[in-house]
Amino acid sequence: MLEFDDIQHILLTRAPALTGRYEFLSFRNAAGGRAWLSAILEKVHSAKAMREAVNEDKRWVSVAFTWNGLRALGVDETSLATFPEEFRQGMVARAEILGDTDANRPENWVDNTASPNLHAIVILFARDPAERGRCQSEHKKLLAECEGVEALSCLDLEAVPPFGYPHDHFGYRDRLSEPAIGGSGEEPRPGFGGSVKAGEFILGYPDEEEIIPPLPQPEILSRNGSYMAYRRMQEHVGAFRDFLRQHGETPEEQELVAAKLMGRWRSGAPLVLAPNKDDPELGADVQRTNNFNYKEMDPHGYAVPLGAHIRRMNPRDTAANMNRRRMIRRGAPYGPHLPEGASEDGKERGIAAFVICASLIRQFEFAQNVWINDKNFHELGNERDPIIGNQDGTLEFKIPKRPIRKKITGLPAFTTVRGGAYFFLPGLKGLRYLASLGTAT
Amino acid sequence: MSDPSKQPEWSKPAAMAIPKEGYFKLEKGRYGPIFPKTPACYGFTIIAKVKPGRENAVREYGKKIEETIAGLPDALAVLKLHYLRWVLFDIKGETYFMYQGIFDTDFDKYTEDAVALFSKTGVTTVFVNLEGFPEDWKTNVPAFIKFVREHQRPSFLEYGEYPYVSADEIKKALKLKTAFSNMLDQMQ
Repeated sequence: MLEFDDIQHILLTRAPALTGRYEFLSFRNAAGGRAWLSAILEKVHSAKAMREAVNEDKRWVSVAFTWNGLRALGVDETSLATFPEEFRQGMVARAEILGDTDANRPENWVDNTASPNLHAIVILFARDPAERGRCQSEHKKLLAECEGVEALSCLDLEAVPPFGYPHDHFGYRDRLSEPAIGGSGEEPRPGFGGSVKAGEFILGYPDEEEIIPPLPQPEILSRNGSYMAYRRMQEHVGAFRDFLRQHGETPEEQELVAAKLMGRWRSGAPLVLAPNKDDPELGADVQRTNNFNYKEMDPHGYAVPLGAHIRRMNPRDTAANMNRRRMIRRGAPYGPHLPEGASEDGKERGIAAFVICASLIRQFEFAQNVWINDKNFHELGNERDPIIGNQDGTLEFKIPKRPIRKKITGLPAFTTVRGGAYFFLPGLKGLRYLASLGTAT
Repeated sequence: MSDPSKQPEWSKPAAMAIPKEGYFKLEKGRYGPIFPKTPACYGFTIIAKVKPGRENAVREYGKKIEETIAGLPDALAVLKLHYLRWVLFDIKGETYFMYQGIFDTDFDKYTEDAVALFSKTGVTTVFVNLEGFPEDWKTNVPAFIKFVREHQRPSFLEYGEYPYVSADEIKKALKLKTAFSNMLDQMQ
């Protein structure tokens, strides 16, 4: 049984939010940091509390810490050493492994998340902009009261119009392939191959190998916690639309090019099930939109190219130990909408997302290193993920087609990493433990 | 049409001398340095001392792998292997085990899949007979990976008669050849 009253809501639930805000914090003194945490933790929803009042509540808060942040709050060196090496090193030190080089390198990040002084993130999801504004000023007051706690940067989230369904700035429907966690009460949808063991996402539970891996110490801090990789990814909407126009003469051809890059039409309809023509009804039908495989239904990639985004990020029945690589994704778009037909305005817009998993090195880093950035994934030779891979203009994208495949060379970068960090997301008991450090017992 | 003066890479045998570190330029993988692809593809060589008296247990396991593959030819497919060579040898009365594999994927990338496969096919029963193998390998995958990394000895020379060709490409070419032969037979 999962301890729903201890697990932070973001791990298991998705808030019905249209907006939100991330604030990245630094603690110049431990007592100030703990005072801030003591105050904010009253506002953090557990999964249980979130589910019970989801229709009434207007805002949902999550809190997580970098390794440096745990130290800044007073966690001792013996405990700190029990956290996994990749988390201790942090995202910046792992940049080369993650493909965060060239334009994506941490030196170019814009939000101070590359700073060793980054200690914590507070994530706000709000039902509407008015509620966000209210929470923002409340939090500003709280920061003023806590000595030595400062915001290194902030980011406001904005859903992209039209608001009827979640999608990114490129127009692709989002939130389609979420694994169902065993014991969470969520039923796996057709095509997912069943639910995934809780230990793949939450510390302290059996994983897909039927074991509970050793927990960082003390257990009260780590149990019911998880790791979060934060990615702020700018989407170059103008370049993306130019590319579609360049490679498709009619609107229909352009839609097909967009679909080939993703593996789904922008409506969400998967190419395996709708290879020639978009089917928006299928895209919106959660019972059908994932109900396909590759090995039997599309082995050569005539529908979904072998290098398409969804085929890399979830190779389904064409990868070994797939359930050991699953991840939970949370987050939202940020930045102003660029209306169709408007020319690129140079403003930053994109997706600011979290990848949540029990092992950063086995799940998140594997996805970055192999699925996204291995040029020879699926023996493709000279490709990376066309949407989120590190693209420097020298790589290609092959679209299998009878009788002769289409090869697009010199693929431009449609996204650039603008910020990122590794966080530990404790359970509520873990938060209370951190808040109480340094007090006489 | 392709330029006839330009020979395909596989048609020209190639050798590569590799620096002592095992790589030319340090490229960080998730678990350690990435070793380069050579004319003989990727691979690794693990050399470790066998615990005293366990030589037969290790040797016996060769038979077990033979049976596993006979019954389940895809059992090791995940590893993208070309060849495996297992060798036992003695130095000053002590027995050492050498596990040499030639692969198409860089080992760092699929480390966890390999470890899972080692456990599933029982290759770990060989490893537990080696000195220094972590006692808690079942629950401690990082320790397992550390053992493999620490006992890996990089090559200093690798050669390929048909360099850089993957096992999949070889199988595709042989399939094509078979298909052509069949086609020619049908036309007689």
